[in-house]
Amino acid sequence: MRHLLGIRDLKREEIEEILETAEGFADVLKRDIKKVPTLRGKTVVNLFFEPSTRTRTSFELAAKRLSADVINFSVPTSAVVKGESLIDTAMTIQALGADFVVVRHSCSGVPHLLSRHLRASVINAGDGINEHPTQALLDAFTIKRHKGGFKGLKVAIVGDILHSRVAKSNIRCLKTLGAEVRLVGPPTLVPEGFREEGVEVYWDMDEGLRGVDVIMMLRIQLERQDRGFFPSKNEYFRLWGLTPERLSLAARDAIVMHPGPMNRGIEIDTDVADSERSVILEQVTNGIATRMAVLYTLAVNP
Amino acid sequence: MEGIEKVLMQSDEIERTLRRMAHQIVEYNRGVEELCLVGIQQGGVAIAQRLAEYIKRTEGRDVPVGSLDIAFYRDDITKRPQPPKVRKTDIPFDIEDKVVVLVDDVLYTGRSIRAAMDALMDMGRPARIQLAVLVDRGHRELPIRADFVGREIPTSRLEHIEVSIGDKPSHDRVVLKTGR
Repeated sequence: MRHLLGIRDLKREEIEEILETAEGFADVLKRDIKKVPTLRGKTVVNLFFEPSTRTRTSFELAAKRLSADVINFSVPTSAVVKGESLIDTAMTIQALGADFVVVRHSCSGVPHLLSRHLRASVINAGDGINEHPTQALLDAFTIKRHKGGFKGLKVAIVGDILHSRVAKSNIRCLKTLGAEVRLVGPPTLVPEGFREEGVEVYWDMDEGLRGVDVIMMLRIQLERQDRGFFPSKNEYFRLWGLTPERLSLAARDAIVMHPGPMNRGIEIDTDVADSERSVILEQVTNGIATRMAVLYTLAVNP
Repeated sequence: MEGIEKVLMQSDEIERTLRRMAHQIVEYNRGVEELCLVGIQQGGVAIAQRLAEYIKRTEGRDVPVGSLDIAFYRDDITKRPQPPKVRKTDIPFDIEDKVVVLVDDVLYTGRSIRAAMDALMDMGRPARIQLAVLVDRGHRELPIRADFVGREIPTSRLEHIEVSIGDKPSHDRVVLKTGR
């Protein structure tokens, strides 16, 4: 594996190997000295064409914990605003001596394009509405830690599946690992066509949550709100918001996840977000170990 | 063509050797106070457990045993044909000011031991680190030597030494393999 472009390209064993490696890094992160010399002398470039704080910070910390040098290249400060082409920007970064390029872009397929031009390993940190593979891996890692395994596990992914790269990667990752996946949301955001991915589609929230072991909430992208996918924020919360009452329909030990940033009171009730069933902050912590595992896996498989 | 295999140590000889090493470790450290054993993944872990068992029989005391994975500390991760698999590091005790006996099956270039010492240092500051190996096959690339050696076996770089120590002591073997 030279690049991580999407979960689509990964075999089950490859996903399991990354999750196992992440366990090793999670142990490192619990020590007083939270750093290992594994990637000493390597350079990681974060190339973000879309604003992001959490993913970029998580990659930055992951690279630093592995003793790599990190450069952050973000759009407003770069030559892109001066009209430089995407490939020219990437070639410039390569000329700086990057070994890994972590890229996020609002267009699907940008990481794939770059991977054909760069010698460096390309990691997709979110491309358009296509994939966000490291988020799916850290979610799988978090689920594995709580539930032990994936076989027969019922996972509901709730919200704007249509525009969510997190959902796309998670569907593939969880299906590959053997979980049962349900998509829950309004028909405008969860079209029937998703059934082709081998998942169940529920347009009724209560029905969709019944008996599930994991509830994965997605962020409602408020910037898309004016396009008529749902009438209003209040109505969305009434029909699709995760409230304590709805949570009680799931399995007694179900966990609640959210990739962040959350809209409290729109897709998730604030009491649920802060409840002991919520593993939302753990996801953030696990993101570092998982991204360390991805960097490590790409480094040792040239 | 298959390579040639030669059994260098049988189970009874391995047992005698490990018992002797257990005695040496206790004698050298004048008891088991402050002593702990850390086996290097993967080959050193079972040997460390065996040594602890023999120490317990003579001293009547449990010595803490841990396992250490050194994949993150290797200096050759990008050069190996097979990527190192990450195994469990489990050291459920504090190594601060302890005498840590690192245990491995075969001592060869010394690079694994260098990596293991760096890994240990990131977990605390042991009073001392000592090294126990079942087989020393020579060809050191770093100034490292073992404090407790089961057997010195001069080898060629083309040869390969395979140690199998498991749950069934009667199946234990040290085998020399030549060619491919």
